[in-house]
Amino acid sequence: MSKENSVRQKHCDVVVIGAGPAGLAAASQASGAGAQVLLIDQSLRPGGQFWRHASEEHDADPGRWHHGWNTYTQLAKVLERAIGTGRVEHLSGHHVLTGERTGTGLGLTVQPVPELADGVRGLITVEAPAVVLCPGAYDRQLPVPGWTLPGVMAAGGVQAFIKTQGAAPGRRAVLAGTGPFLLSAAASVIQAGGEVAAVCEAADLTGWVPHGVAAALVPSKGLEGAEYISLLAKHRVPYLRRTAVTAIHGEQRAEKVTVSRLDRHGAVVAGTEKHFNDVDLVGLGWGFVPQSELVVQFGAQTRIDIDGSLIGVVDTRQHSSVEGLYLAGEITGVAGATAAVAEGRIAGYAAAWMAGYRVRGARQAAAAQRDKILRANHRAFARAMHTAHPLPAGWESWMQEETTVCRCEEVPYHRIRESTETLSAQEPRGLKGTTRTGMGWCQGRICGAAAICLAKSSGDQRKEQAARAVAKRPLAAPVRLSDLAESRAQTRPLKAP
Amino acid sequence: MSETITLSVDGEEITIEPKRTVAAALMLAAERPAWRRTRFNNEPRGLFCGIGVCFDCLVTVNGEASLRACLIPAEDGMVIETSERGTR
Ligand SMILES: Cc1cc2nc3c(=O)[nH]c(=O)nc-3n(C[C@H](O)[C@H](O)[C@H](O)COP(=O)(O)OP(=O)(O)OC[C@H]3O[C@@H](n4cnc5c(N)ncnc54)[C@H](O)[C@@H]3O)c2cc1C
Ligand code: FES
Repeated sequence: MSKENSVRQKHCDVVVIGAGPAGLAAASQASGAGAQVLLIDQSLRPGGQFWRHASEEHDADPGRWHHGWNTYTQLAKVLERAIGTGRVEHLSGHHVLTGERTGTGLGLTVQPVPELADGVRGLITVEAPAVVLCPGAYDRQLPVPGWTLPGVMAAGGVQAFIKTQGAAPGRRAVLAGTGPFLLSAAASVIQAGGEVAAVCEAADLTGWVPHGVAAALVPSKGLEGAEYISLLAKHRVPYLRRTAVTAIHGEQRAEKVTVSRLDRHGAVVAGTEKHFNDVDLVGLGWGFVPQSELVVQFGAQTRIDIDGSLIGVVDTRQHSSVEGLYLAGEITGVAGATAAVAEGRIAGYAAAWMAGYRVRGARQAAAAQRDKILRANHRAFARAMHTAHPLPAGWESWMQEETTVCRCEEVPYHRIRESTETLSAQEPRGLKGTTRTGMGWCQGRICGAAAICLAKSSGDQRKEQAARAVAKRPLAAPVRLSDLAESRAQTRPLKAP
Repeated sequence: MSETITLSVDGEEITIEPKRTVAAALMLAAERPAWRRTRFNNEPRGLFCGIGVCFDCLVTVNGEASLRACLIPAEDGMVIETSERGTR
């Protein structure tokens, strides 16, 4: 791959960052209103995390792995048409590194993803009056002894692997953590021909009972859940509640898993261990972490959501506290793909309106009303889900002295404990300085949730500060220093005016 | 388009379906759950997040080091080098 560095500049009416459910809906809505749209996404193909798929050339029926695939094909068709007429430019395989307010609008720097770039690696600077930010989320993790062994993966990573490869990344799996997503990942493993030894759910699920109403508002979710449960029952997969994977064993890779019962506070009940032998795949997932770094970079208002995530604050039009910056999808609270699509449409419409493209009429009003109802129902469902599936407060009870917390810098649990106890590293930033936790390649994306807990941040305001400190990264997308050094050298002349 | 493509992994040729990522090729065809060693503890690492976030899956492709194997679509003739060479 040759490296040609140049800086290009682009202008448009609306930039949409992320081509997942939210971003695709936003781009189709904004371009439909007449705005010139630039859609930027890291991946080569649209779809985001939810509709991640292999190219049609390689998988004739990608829909078999998906829910809501019809919605995807409709959105993809609209997008294709808009690309054909020049209304939308799709900058795939590119990540947005920085976002800032400029005097006249919002500015971004964008770079080709090195892994996908054939040749050109230069930076692109983009300016627009309106940006719809739909960056989605990644799996939230809690450390556990043995979680660095090969064969242990993020549950979402297992799902992503199956959706693109049509095969499971292991033969016999245990899925563990919390949330209905574990069921969907387990179902995919079975569908891909793998075996599931158990699904371990840390919650006891009685948390759903007072929220039956919220669940009833979203019948499609109930149906989807029932489908998974019946598939798992058919394959005799144990669904172990109030249970967590508390150790993973193996020499060069995962081979065996210990699970334990948890008490009401999510702490391990001694003497309840059970073992699953012959397990070569462990999928761990504790909900999702919205990718909030660009929100923080833009200086938009944030808050801590009910699941503990740092999210962007928006009004009813999905507008953030920064003029021209709209947010949609998981970045406004983890609520699933249907909510993301509804929010994307609302945000795309509002962003186009702001850029001067105004559509009125009874049909538009009715559609907007439907989206608002969908958004409200799915948000209510999400609140119920998060309440029923909290992070277990007692998770530190399964940690051992030597358990790795920060995978990149290989920081063991005892070093963090010493640091928080003796060096008063009472917040994640302090932990970084004293232990290098969160300073490695992933910039604290994987250990961030644990670091926030371990730094003993208490109170919502302190939690928000801690979460903002973790999400405060100079670059939104992980980037190799060598690429950056080269690009930097090239940007300077153009940055002048 | 041919039904399979060929990659070289640490000097050995593997034949795979064209839809594979480099990570999936290593796991499914080369049967390598790990292809990197950590700096301090020399631990084996392979795929973790699967979506380009964790950087556990770094690999050298066509001479370029430190690329995320989970993001790279495999291409015929690619030369993959891992830091797990011979330590399987
Ligand atoms: C690995 C994974 C698998 C999942 N699988 C499922 C599933 O099977 N079922 C389910 O119900 N839910 C799943 N989820 C949850 C899912 O994320 C949401 O329900 C849904 O995809 C949210 O839509 P979204 O548009 O907000 O974000 P996403 O679908 O996450 O889309 C965001 C897009 O933005 C891109 N992006 C982010 N930052 C940048 C940047 N700086 N520059 C350029 N592009 C950027 C991302 O690459 C991504 O393509 C999964 C989540 C993850 C992390
Ligand atoms: S597996 Fe996490 S970056 Fe590739």
